Amino acid sequence: MNAPSAAPTTGSPPHAATRPGQGGSEFLPAVKNAALAALVMLGLSIPIIAFRTENSMANELILLPRWRVVAVLCLIVFAVRLLLNLGGIHIARRRSAKRREILVTRVEAPTTLGQRIFFYAAPVLLGVAIGYPLITTLVNGGLSESRYWIDLGILVLTYVMLGWGLNIVVGLAGLLDLGYVAFYAVGAYSYALLAITFGLSFWICLPVAGILAALWGIMLGFPVLRLRGDYLAIVTLAFGEIIRLVLINWVDLTNGGAGIASIPRVSFFGIPFTADEDGFAATFGLEFSTMHRIVFLYYLILVLALVTNIVTMRLRRLPVGRAWEALREDEIACRSLGINTTSTKLTAFAIGAMFGGFAGAFFAVRQGFISPESFNFLESAIILSIVVLGGMGSQMGVAIAATAMVAGPEMLRNLGFLSAVFGDGFDPNEYRLLLFGAAMVAMMVWRPRGLVSHRDPSIVLGERKAISGALVKEGHG
Amino acid sequence: MEVFVQQLVNGLTLGSIYGLIAIGYTMVFGIIGMVNFAHGDIFMLSAFIALIFFIFLTSWLGIGSIAIALLIVLVLAMILTSLWGWAVERIAYRPLRGSFRLAPLISAIGVSIFLSNFVQVVQGARNKSIPPMVNGGITLFEDNGYAVTLAYKQIIIMAATAVLLTIFWYVVQKTPLGRAQRACEQDRKMAALLGINVDRTISLTFVMGAALAAVAGTMYLLYYGVVSFSDGFVPGVKAFTAAVLGGIGSLPGAVLGGLIIGLVETLWSAYFSIEYKDVAAFSILAIVLIFMPSGILGRPEVEKV
Repeated sequence: MNAPSAAPTTGSPPHAATRPGQGGSEFLPAVKNAALAALVMLGLSIPIIAFRTENSMANELILLPRWRVVAVLCLIVFAVRLLLNLGGIHIARRRSAKRREILVTRVEAPTTLGQRIFFYAAPVLLGVAIGYPLITTLVNGGLSESRYWIDLGILVLTYVMLGWGLNIVVGLAGLLDLGYVAFYAVGAYSYALLAITFGLSFWICLPVAGILAALWGIMLGFPVLRLRGDYLAIVTLAFGEIIRLVLINWVDLTNGGAGIASIPRVSFFGIPFTADEDGFAATFGLEFSTMHRIVFLYYLILVLALVTNIVTMRLRRLPVGRAWEALREDEIACRSLGINTTSTKLTAFAIGAMFGGFAGAFFAVRQGFISPESFNFLESAIILSIVVLGGMGSQMGVAIAATAMVAGPEMLRNLGFLSAVFGDGFDPNEYRLLLFGAAMVAMMVWRPRGLVSHRDPSIVLGERKAISGALVKEGHG
Repeated sequence: MEVFVQQLVNGLTLGSIYGLIAIGYTMVFGIIGMVNFAHGDIFMLSAFIALIFFIFLTSWLGIGSIAIALLIVLVLAMILTSLWGWAVERIAYRPLRGSFRLAPLISAIGVSIFLSNFVQVVQGARNKSIPPMVNGGITLFEDNGYAVTLAYKQIIIMAATAVLLTIFWYVVQKTPLGRAQRACEQDRKMAALLGINVDRTISLTFVMGAALAAVAGTMYLLYYGVVSFSDGFVPGVKAFTAAVLGGIGSLPGAVLGGLIIGLVETLWSAYFSIEYKDVAAFSILAIVLIFMPSGILGRPEVEKV
């Protein structure tokens, strides 16, 4: 596959600067190359950044020139490119030397410091997650004051759970699913419709939602079994969109784009969180507070996420889990060794979908309102990017990535000095998805194995050794 | 009957636009075997570039003749969108050659999210509309008081598609560049050994795809007169459907697939339900991929072990 190394690299400026023959003056070519990059940036900015279209008073589009922004961007590109060219030469050399080394060195990688940190990180992070409501209460000086933080924690954990669910399909079985949000939607609508139509409680609906989502997983998984790689991704994307469009247009059942409101709230195993005598507060002799429900929701999603994690970890040690990972590495080898690829793929789809369904039911009970717009393709892409950034197949990486991707932009919003720098009305949330997209590309270019790129082998003979992620051939099937 | 003929005309126009986008998908998939997920957003971006140039030419420079303005807009949009296509390939796809199989697709999804939100940030989230550029048309025939018309803009779109398909088909079939492309499609390593600059050939493929997307974007703006930052996704998926339906890797197949998708979509909206027209298009994608993966004009894929 490494055709570029065989091909002559003419016309590719960064290589020109690193060619050994030109050793003496590396500065001039570097400047030239940086100027070229700035010129490309200028070309890219015309006219899409240089002119902003606005509706005038007469409701006609007018152009507002913004050449200052373009100039700043071009300068930034020039500076960054120049620094990369001057400092990057050595990095590039070291890297290519390292790459050659990888071809000859053995598989046994010593346990690095990073891996030892991750060994202790899991229990520490779990402790933080369990104590989180207490911590925020102490920091903010009251339960009600910390509502925002606990809500944020719930949001992060929801994405952690979705990431772990999708990780089964993408990280373990190597099937790229771009329509995962469909199962999330199935779970949410299952709970909402069952609870409103039949008056069933959340605790009955939760497993039902999971089972329904799993059935949908099998139904959607069945026709696409023969497809691989890119084709599979696109078809799952199409299925996800079809489900969303049906939710919008089947108004009789789903109330269409208006969504379903006033979904029954969660109860403490049958005891409602209300202020009256049968309520949670009165039963346990506490003073009534709306925060009880929020804290309960926090622990509910924490338990659901941990269940997802534990089930995944156990499944990896079962024959089916090993079959998933074998399928990811090489489907043809799997088939020739007698693994039933059909049932292996379907179980991956079904189990991944089931956890998506659980998360969906939780989403519905927390929000109290759902509409098809919550389940668009972007949501799928965000969950996928969490799995990808976390390093496909790594549970810890997914958790870290979910925290970074969901809580990160929220943190940015709270930083006052940003609006001082960029002017008033600066909303980092606007740039959130822009950063998501850029992060996905950057991740693939620099660290295609994700933030946590080492793997613990699922099964070992004798001594346990860590495997570098570079040796795992993810997503081949 | 009149309604049917009118829908046929509309469907072929829409299908021409899909076909132009589909050529970009089919060429890229043919040469490096990846779904360029960002292609739909390149199309949307080109529509914005065309929009801004059109306003610039008509209201700032005061060019009166729509035909000249349209021609300049088309050329400028093609050049600048090609630059975007080149930059995307250089930054997001080229470093990934030789990486694991899903890496380019994930990177492409990242580019897609980046581009649509980039346009949202720099141009705002509202729909941008311009007054119709080309008015009028030819009445084909009139019956029961229902006139079947072929608008001038529909003629422009169909003619542009036909001309561009011929030019690009000629380039791929008869020129050294096309030969290099087909060589890379068959065996990249062998092509490199025989002295073909593989990186340059792939770059040029992206540039050609982006240029065609720019034509599609300009035509889209000409036809609908309105564009928004989220307009890349659905046409992109439909154009990909067209490429798959026509047989991936085949240029005439892409346009044929585009025309079929356009016809299905308009006829479905006219006779069944307009709400489910996207469902129809997406279902075609799933059905074709499952039952007829090599498409109408494509070659069956041989599985090498």
